[in-house]
Amino acid sequence: MKKLALLLTIVLVAAIAVPAFTAPVQAQDKLRVAVVTPSTKSDLAFSQSIYDALIAVQEERGEENFEFVLSENMFVVEDAATALRDYASQGYDLVIAHGSQYGSSLLDIAPDFPDTAFAWGTTVDTYQDQGITNVYAYEARSEEGAFVQGVMAALLSESKVVGIIGPIETGDAKLYVDGFKAGVLWQDPEIEVLVNYIQSFSDLALAAAAAEAMLAEGADVLSGSAQMVPGAVNKAKEAGALWFGTQSNQTTLSPEIVVSSQVYNWVDVLNAIIADVEAGEINGVSFALTLENDGLLIEFNEDFELDEDVQEAAEEVMQAIIDGDISFEVDEEGVLTVVEAEAE
Amino acid sequence: MIENLLTASVLASGIRLATPYLYAAIGETFGQRSGVLNLGVEGVMLMGAFTSLWAVHEITPVGATSYYAPALLAGVLVALLVGLLMGLATAVINVTLQAQQGISGIGIYLFGLGMSDLLFQKVFRGQVITVNGFPKVNIPVLSDLPVLGEVFFRQNLLVYLAFALVPATWFVLNKTTLGLNIRAVGQNPEAADAMGISVTRVRYFTVTLGGMLASLAGASLSISLVNVFQQNMTAGQGFIAVALVYFGAWQARGVMFGALLFSLVNALQLQVRTKGIDVPDEAASMAPYLLTIIALIFASRRIDQPAALTKPFERGE
Repeated sequence: MKKLALLLTIVLVAAIAVPAFTAPVQAQDKLRVAVVTPSTKSDLAFSQSIYDALIAVQEERGEENFEFVLSENMFVVEDAATALRDYASQGYDLVIAHGSQYGSSLLDIAPDFPDTAFAWGTTVDTYQDQGITNVYAYEARSEEGAFVQGVMAALLSESKVVGIIGPIETGDAKLYVDGFKAGVLWQDPEIEVLVNYIQSFSDLALAAAAAEAMLAEGADVLSGSAQMVPGAVNKAKEAGALWFGTQSNQTTLSPEIVVSSQVYNWVDVLNAIIADVEAGEINGVSFALTLENDGLLIEFNEDFELDEDVQEAAEEVMQAIIDGDISFEVDEEGVLTVVEAEAE
Repeated sequence: MIENLLTASVLASGIRLATPYLYAAIGETFGQRSGVLNLGVEGVMLMGAFTSLWAVHEITPVGATSYYAPALLAGVLVALLVGLLMGLATAVINVTLQAQQGISGIGIYLFGLGMSDLLFQKVFRGQVITVNGFPKVNIPVLSDLPVLGEVFFRQNLLVYLAFALVPATWFVLNKTTLGLNIRAVGQNPEAADAMGISVTRVRYFTVTLGGMLASLAGASLSISLVNVFQQNMTAGQGFIAVALVYFGAWQARGVMFGALLFSLVNALQLQVRTKGIDVPDEAASMAPYLLTIIALIFASRRIDQPAALTKPFERGE
């Protein structure tokens, strides 16, 4: 009987001990990242941009070294918060909350997992002022690429009316809309720029109606930010107007009319955070995607025959932004100003 | 100022925006007139929106630059079939199983929301794809009328059909035996039953028809209004449609009036902002909803509500 008890004890101890010994080894081998996104990973917009970046990082590092899980469609913040906490308690090395609506959840969760790195965006707030050091922040200076696309829009518009559709006047959508408008007016102050925030991220029919209203006003170039824009793209296509995309490459929506898209490339940001995690130096800093650091890319639609002069003008402006000759300031009230360096 | 805002294109846009509401609310009117409240309209719309787009995408030849009529027909038929199945399911739950209608409808909505997204993820891997939807059809002569031509007679077939349903619904409900039976079942199912009308059969019919029209409402979004599908693309329209039935006092023309008012205000507020008139965006967006709520307050004082609405019928032996 005693032998049996001993045997059982040994088996039991072994059962507990073996995973305990093997688990850390596995964790060291493989970096594990968890991501929560508000919409689907193939939304041709914000959520897809982080998914594409994770795939790129995984290809760089190999699946055996880099594992990621993604919870999509977390438009309910409470659900997202539950998922984020779950991932942190499951020992993921890096937990990313890909949506500016998730900030307050991280503020709550991050202090409970001091050894886990968290990241969220788009924002600049790392909560350092609240004594939290394991939260990274990232933002997209989407006004930069928007400005470049705005310049192109101004050059391509024959009717001299350009329209931009946004969801809600905040975050990178506002930066995009403001930057685009600034770019159009910088190129040609005579152009009428129509702006409409439809107050919805999901209402395709409303986005379509907003586009119709702009087209009826004579707009022949449109752009827009967020995941409800496919509704507008089709209206532009019907009317033969041009379209500029953002967040993801939107060429597939309508190859006939998409001139270019500003694409968010989070790969470098992810790699920088991952490097910190691997070095054990989680420091919660803030990153920004810019044209200069290749975080923002202007991807031209190869099937669209873009006038060479327009492309050259775009590339010049892009270079000016990269060189700092054109920069952007956003004041506390969110007003964007274009700052041009004095010519020497 | 006002003539600057209320242009023909704004009115035409309002008519188009009203289309999905009209289908869904007319379908819901049939159900409610027979005493069944279906809050699941939104979910059925989403299923109709996805499946019709899927059918159009599958059947349209690859690389087609224009619409393909057989594909559009298939899209409508698939939407009707899906609506029929979901309507039947709703009838089983609400009529046969006598579920609490306020709750069961939410269940149907959540099913449609989840299922349409699941299919979208599985079939298209969640990729937003565009299709060639219903083209505009200019009605000869009439479409050349000034203003009226652009507003009413340069729309697509699904828009025309939605508005054609209004007099048809009025006729069926008020001038046919079927309509009399529907109203009788909604007002006093016991009396109707005593007169030999099968309450169950009538309610199965109206709820199933409601499902088909709700599904068609979804199709009118995905293959006629915007020609894409995205998860949760109905954005609450199915719930507005239910409200419009109350707004319209269970009459087809009242429902149409409500749908038009809501959609025109929506088109108008978009125009106000497109024109750069300084109105807070949030206030402008709220306007159609606010107006509906105000109208509902007045509508609720009316006494036209079917007396047996939301009450399951159990035949006394």
